Amino acid sequence: MNLLGKLDWSAIPFDQPIIMGAGAFMVLAIVGILSWVTLKGYVPYLWREWITSVDHKRIGVMYFLLALVMLLRGFSDAIMMRAQQAVAAGGAQGYLPPEHFDQVFSAHGTIMIFFVAMPFVIGLMNFVLPLQLGVRDVAFPTLNSVSFWLTASGVLLINISLVVGEFAKTGWIAYPPLSELQFSPGVGVDYYLWSLQISGVGTLLTGINFVTTILKLRAPGMGYMRMPVFCWTSLAANLLIVAAFPVLTATLGMLLLDRYLGFHFFTVDGQGNAMMYVNLFWVWGHPEVYILILPPFGIFSEVVSTFSGKPLFGYRSMVAATMAICVLSFLVWLHHFFTMGASADVNGFFGIMTMIIAVPTGVKVFNWLFTMYGGRVRFEVPILWSIGFMVTFVIGGMTGVLMAVPPADFQLHNSLFLVAHFHNVIIGGVVFGVMAGYNYWFPKAFGFKLDERWGRASFWCWLIGFYVAFMPLYVLGLMGMTRRMQHYDNPAWQPWLVVAAIGTVIILGGIVSQIVQLVVSIRHRDRLRVTGDPWNGRTLEWSTASPPPAWNFAVLPQVAERDNYWVTKQRANAEQVPPLQYEPIETPKNSPVGFVNAFFAVAIGFALIWHIWWMAGLGLFGTFLTILIFAFRDEDETEVPEAQLAQFDRAHQSEVAI
Amino acid sequence: MTATSYNRAPGDRSIVTDKEEPISAGALVYTLGLALAVIMTALSFWVANTSLLWAAGVPLGLAVLAIAQMGIHLVFFLHITTGPDNTNNVMALAFGVLIVLLVMAGSLVIMTNLNGSMMPADLMDMQMHY
Amino acid sequence: MNVTAAVEAGEPLPSASEAGPAPKRVVVAYGFWIFLLSDIVMFSALFASYAVLRHATAGGPSGAQLFNQTRVAIETACLLASSYTCGLMALAVNSRSRLGTYVGALLTFVLGAAFLALEIREFADMIAQGASPQRSAFLSSFFALVGCHGVHVAAGLVWLAAMMAQVAVKGFRPAVLRRLQCFSLFWHALDIVWVGLFTVVYLMGVTP
Repeated sequence: MNLLGKLDWSAIPFDQPIIMGAGAFMVLAIVGILSWVTLKGYVPYLWREWITSVDHKRIGVMYFLLALVMLLRGFSDAIMMRAQQAVAAGGAQGYLPPEHFDQVFSAHGTIMIFFVAMPFVIGLMNFVLPLQLGVRDVAFPTLNSVSFWLTASGVLLINISLVVGEFAKTGWIAYPPLSELQFSPGVGVDYYLWSLQISGVGTLLTGINFVTTILKLRAPGMGYMRMPVFCWTSLAANLLIVAAFPVLTATLGMLLLDRYLGFHFFTVDGQGNAMMYVNLFWVWGHPEVYILILPPFGIFSEVVSTFSGKPLFGYRSMVAATMAICVLSFLVWLHHFFTMGASADVNGFFGIMTMIIAVPTGVKVFNWLFTMYGGRVRFEVPILWSIGFMVTFVIGGMTGVLMAVPPADFQLHNSLFLVAHFHNVIIGGVVFGVMAGYNYWFPKAFGFKLDERWGRASFWCWLIGFYVAFMPLYVLGLMGMTRRMQHYDNPAWQPWLVVAAIGTVIILGGIVSQIVQLVVSIRHRDRLRVTGDPWNGRTLEWSTASPPPAWNFAVLPQVAERDNYWVTKQRANAEQVPPLQYEPIETPKNSPVGFVNAFFAVAIGFALIWHIWWMAGLGLFGTFLTILIFAFRDEDETEVPEAQLAQFDRAHQSEVAI
Repeated sequence: MTATSYNRAPGDRSIVTDKEEPISAGALVYTLGLALAVIMTALSFWVANTSLLWAAGVPLGLAVLAIAQMGIHLVFFLHITTGPDNTNNVMALAFGVLIVLLVMAGSLVIMTNLNGSMMPADLMDMQMHY
Repeated sequence: MNVTAAVEAGEPLPSASEAGPAPKRVVVAYGFWIFLLSDIVMFSALFASYAVLRHATAGGPSGAQLFNQTRVAIETACLLASSYTCGLMALAVNSRSRLGTYVGALLTFVLGAAFLALEIREFADMIAQGASPQRSAFLSSFFALVGCHGVHVAAGLVWLAAMMAQVAVKGFRPAVLRRLQCFSLFWHALDIVWVGLFTVVYLMGVTP
């Protein structure tokens, strides 16, 4: 019995220059950052203010940072794939061997969905929700920190797979029987499964946390019909997290039982049923796309309304459409496997449901258009992203409805047309939305605006790059090119793939502009400094200081209308504001429990992947002990005294008055 | 806190929980619930094993009894009511039940349908032998 | 503005959704309620798998040949009784009676442990007969579904023990009361899952 399970030196691919180069770069970057932080003496600050922080704003920022870093990782996978397919025509094999290419596309999908899009969206919800609801934090602040660190654990595991061992070669959906032990004996699928299970627990806890926050913690007077639309779409998204992620956990759990204990859920022998995996995976998978897109819908609603200077058109229909999507998204999952052999009746039902779910989405698009109509639209960066979204997303939505027709899907299934479609909605919807929200709420988070020129450059690069990169894929799909090809024989495809590769380079320009924008803005922060309300906002988050204090609001706001802050501003001249009464506030204490748990989670995951059983046992025991010690602590809150509140708040009030 | 009159925590029998109350008042509810649950369970076991009933109706009968018993547990042990202070709890429960039904019924319909399109097992064996 | 002040001032009560942040006890219990719903959704995926794979015996033993109804009846009785004692414990907690709480917890723990012991015994017997989860897809789904419930019961027992330690060390402070409240919810929910389980697996499993 080996003390390190299956792990030995052969796990590290010394013969693969690309992997070793990327790995060395990653290790150097981590070591570099860590030593810089240590030498500068930032460690105690980071530990006190960020790592152990349970403040929803800090956690939101950390989620966003995590997603940005992983965007670079996922995007380098994308560039590698586009470069490979641009050259590997005819007899050429390109520069990536098949087993490596397979890992690259699997990692790209897994990372972009779970470790880029999800943390982006969750980060924004984390930062914005309590501020918009007019309360001081989420329902369970420490749990929030645990969620974040579990997501970070998943990220760490998936990055370890780059250097130690391998990643799955099965695609991001890991269909059995290919993903079963018989056909994927390596550790790749195990890396996939454990990193998703660990981060999945974090996501589920986030969902529970946010649903409770929205339903139970709102400022006095904020009835459901006075909540900002972003809160509504977040509520729907988090209800979907709570309802869908357990199914993913169960499904991946069954695959784990198959791989580790010889069960026969999805195996070829023992009368297992691989189709059941496909079915259950998409029971989660379809709600997942709405988990990703609904919060951006909310962001666009806020942005469009703010920059048009008008209340959102059709608020009630927006809410109804959101909740309709929330339920309908659980009735369409079969459209991901029309071709698996269900009868025409079943395919027909799910095809029609898929077309129906486009209706509430259409309602939303018209609402945004009518909000802008007749408004005095200020063309700042967030609204650029919103308009880019409306055009791009409608195209993506229509190709989706096209594929909802089962006979059409039989032609397009697994082709590049499908790849183009879902990138069209995910980039055009989720990424554009996240970028709109990033530019919109950044001044709230840090007290200064992002640089306008680089923001515009980033937007145009992304928009043009997107069309150049993905429109050729629609054509290629219609020409019959399937997805995930390491090389191909048809020379007619190559020109289109070269164009797509150029598009990817343009998108790279967009990402670089974004990084430059951040650096430039930080360097010129004094020039870009703003008050609490830089955009002439409408909702409660703009009524507090930028950046908001740890307690968000010195006195909980009283809400009497929709767009309450806007209404208050309109009346401010006419009415005398009564002097505020300050009362001491209890704020939750920082806690290292999330970070410590993440340490053990990584240890457990790594140990299980490599069959190091003693280490897994120790890790589990450590987790249990951490939770127990946490449960026995005596104080979990500290008090902010009146005087401090009053001092901070008066300063903010006088700033607003100027 | 005084704003509690609209909110009841799931599992709370009444809103005012800060005050101490005698045990006997609540024990009756639990005892009643236990008695009903025992009757339901006994009925379920009887239905499954008796030959008096129409065999094809047995699974349906068992399902009805199980759902009824779950309802009894919800009302007597978890104190879920239809009162206005319980709306949020009931809504969440309804959403959960809807999802559970969709997942189970949908999976069963889809998988039965897919299995129906498969080659029968004996034919498959024949093909493998030749 | 709080509600009593509004009532005293003769103003109309704000509607339920406008009352401001809920008290912590409600928030915590509601969050746990949502967690339980998600847990039940997870069980529904396992139930669905069991229902789909129920006849996939791969020539191995079927449910009708394996299940022992007497044992299941005793298991059910244990769990049902433990749910009852858990309820009595909650009442003792509400009246701040330490002795009552300990007695209720002890009874709940013993009944839960008895249930678990019977289930482990059942699993061991089945594996000894060659009906292991590796035998067929049906047995895989059976062990996963029933085992998952068993793991939940085991976790509940550990939790209960930890809670009694907390009551002993810290007494009935608000945080401890909230956790006890969540434990009751958890324990009753496990009982509800078991109702579905014995019906679908054991009773429907033996009917032809």
